[in-house]
Amino acid sequence: MKYLIIILSTILVNNVIFSQFLGICPFLGTSKKTSTALGMGAAVIFVLTMATLVTWLTNQYILIPLKLTFLQTIAFILIIAALVQMVEIILKKISPSLYTALGVFLPLITTNCAVLGVSLTVVTKEFNYGGVAHMLSLGESIVYAVGIALGFAMALVIFAGIREHIDLMEPPKGMKGTPIALITAGILALAFMGFTGIV
Amino acid sequence: MSNNLQTFTKGLIKENPILVLLLGCCPTLATTTSAINGMSMGLATTFVLVLSNIFISLLKGFIPDKVRIPCFIVVIASFVTVVQLVMQAYVPDIYETLGLFIPLIVVNCIVLGRAEAFASKNPVFPSLLDGLGMGLGFTLALTLLGCIREFLGSGSIFGLTILPETANILVFILPPGAFICLGFVIAIVNKLKKENH
Amino acid sequence: MAKKKESTLINMLVALLVIAAVSGGVLGLVYGVTKDAIAEVDQKKNEAAIQAVLPLENVTYKADTMKFNYEGVDLTFPCNLAYDANGNFQGAAVKTSEGGFGGKIDMMVGFLADGTIKGTSVLSHAETPGLGANMTGKFKDQFVDKNPASYKLTVTKDGGDVDAITAATITSRAFSKAVNKAYQAFMANKAQFMNNTPAKEAAPAVEAAPAEENNETEGGQSNE
Repeated sequence: MKYLIIILSTILVNNVIFSQFLGICPFLGTSKKTSTALGMGAAVIFVLTMATLVTWLTNQYILIPLKLTFLQTIAFILIIAALVQMVEIILKKISPSLYTALGVFLPLITTNCAVLGVSLTVVTKEFNYGGVAHMLSLGESIVYAVGIALGFAMALVIFAGIREHIDLMEPPKGMKGTPIALITAGILALAFMGFTGIV
Repeated sequence: MSNNLQTFTKGLIKENPILVLLLGCCPTLATTTSAINGMSMGLATTFVLVLSNIFISLLKGFIPDKVRIPCFIVVIASFVTVVQLVMQAYVPDIYETLGLFIPLIVVNCIVLGRAEAFASKNPVFPSLLDGLGMGLGFTLALTLLGCIREFLGSGSIFGLTILPETANILVFILPPGAFICLGFVIAIVNKLKKENH
Repeated sequence: MAKKKESTLINMLVALLVIAAVSGGVLGLVYGVTKDAIAEVDQKKNEAAIQAVLPLENVTYKADTMKFNYEGVDLTFPCNLAYDANGNFQGAAVKTSEGGFGGKIDMMVGFLADGTIKGTSVLSHAETPGLGANMTGKFKDQFVDKNPASYKLTVTKDGGDVDAITAATITSRAFSKAVNKAYQAFMANKAQFMNNTPAKEAAPAVEAAPAEENNETEGGQSNE
């Protein structure tokens, strides 16, 4: 039940794009086509989950015992960069087909602030899931990361679908491209506000 | 000298990181709920941008090509942590409002982008000017957006109340307002650009 | 312009290690310099909150915690107890929290010895600006000088006495519940504080300051 609440809250209520503003650059950059959006979404789900797992463990078993938590930012970004590189190399070796599908997106993920944002959030913020405020355990953190990534992928795919239709329209000249995309995202964010308060 | 001047001013208007290049959207949308928040975020980023540009320019001969990105990231992350600690100690209120977006300066595309595109190829002084120009351009855009959103959403600018509470359009300080506001500002910039040509 | 180093394994390792070591060292230094300032900021904030919710004259504050089982869950509330010069218990400022609309609401509530609410203060929250965030204004002042023995700590919609914020019922409910938790914990632990005055202990006033600092480090992470 608790895990269900976390998933619902991260996908719908606190959607990473529409209410937390993390990962906006890839959101605007890779949403021109639905197929690209799907690829990026899948790559983010994969990396975000792995990164949260590794950074949570690093924080709990290295940084906290050594009283080095002020190095969180620098340690996490290095771990994420190394992890992305490693995933790229491993994928290339063991599953070339998956690599051709996700490969181009992987380098972009290092600078996707959703990844660093989530790994920092789960180790610094208290959450209220299940009635009592507490720091997230490893299991909860992973579920949180998966939920955030699913929310990201969903937002990306919905948005890409809408943008494909917008491309066929003729907006005023100044509005073409990014401005109309941002305003569309704003209207989507309004729709997502309807979910606030349900969890 | 005119060359240096150009290095400095290009970031302000012509290559403004947000309004023209569209880099660093996350803090732009998240922290511009008021003019003062937008400006603080901009200044914090400027600080990191200037220092990382200087140091990366200094270190460029020392860093081998293949590991340059990790090295840049370490340098940038160090300055971000410095900003984080200093803000936490001396301006705790602003630190709390900006929250997560201070450490996230690390992954702001502008900072790594300038390190890669400019500082790693140019001498120290122009790199400093480039960082300062880009940083101030970023600050300018953030403050502008903050002003617009604060004025429409809470009827004040820099905390100075102008409109009565009944005239507030709350949605502008909520997430959807951020997207819509930025969309319109960029549309206006596009329009002006076209007219100039 | 200096010539680029070639990307041999040794060069790469040396460059990475040196940069990492230097930045680690610099950050350690900065951390050392700012650590005290950060702790001081936290402590000042805590003191200011205590003054805001329990403005009593001529009292010394003593940091403590109280345990209370609220609806089947064991909770710990960090608190500051106020004693006058004769060691009589005057009241307590209790830290409490509850999940609101946008996230956790951290609060401090001041109680006089008879349970009357002397003041409430929101320490941190993530409520919607312009709606739930308005709890820090008029809404929170309606609790002042009310005694929960005769003042029901639920919103009027649920049959209580608290006037909810317009269009922010969830925030209002969470706020009231947080106050109620603190009140029940306070009433359950009150008797123990009354008997346990610092005058009866060895060193009273001197101990108040460091004890408070101690509370700071625990207060931030305790499970409430």
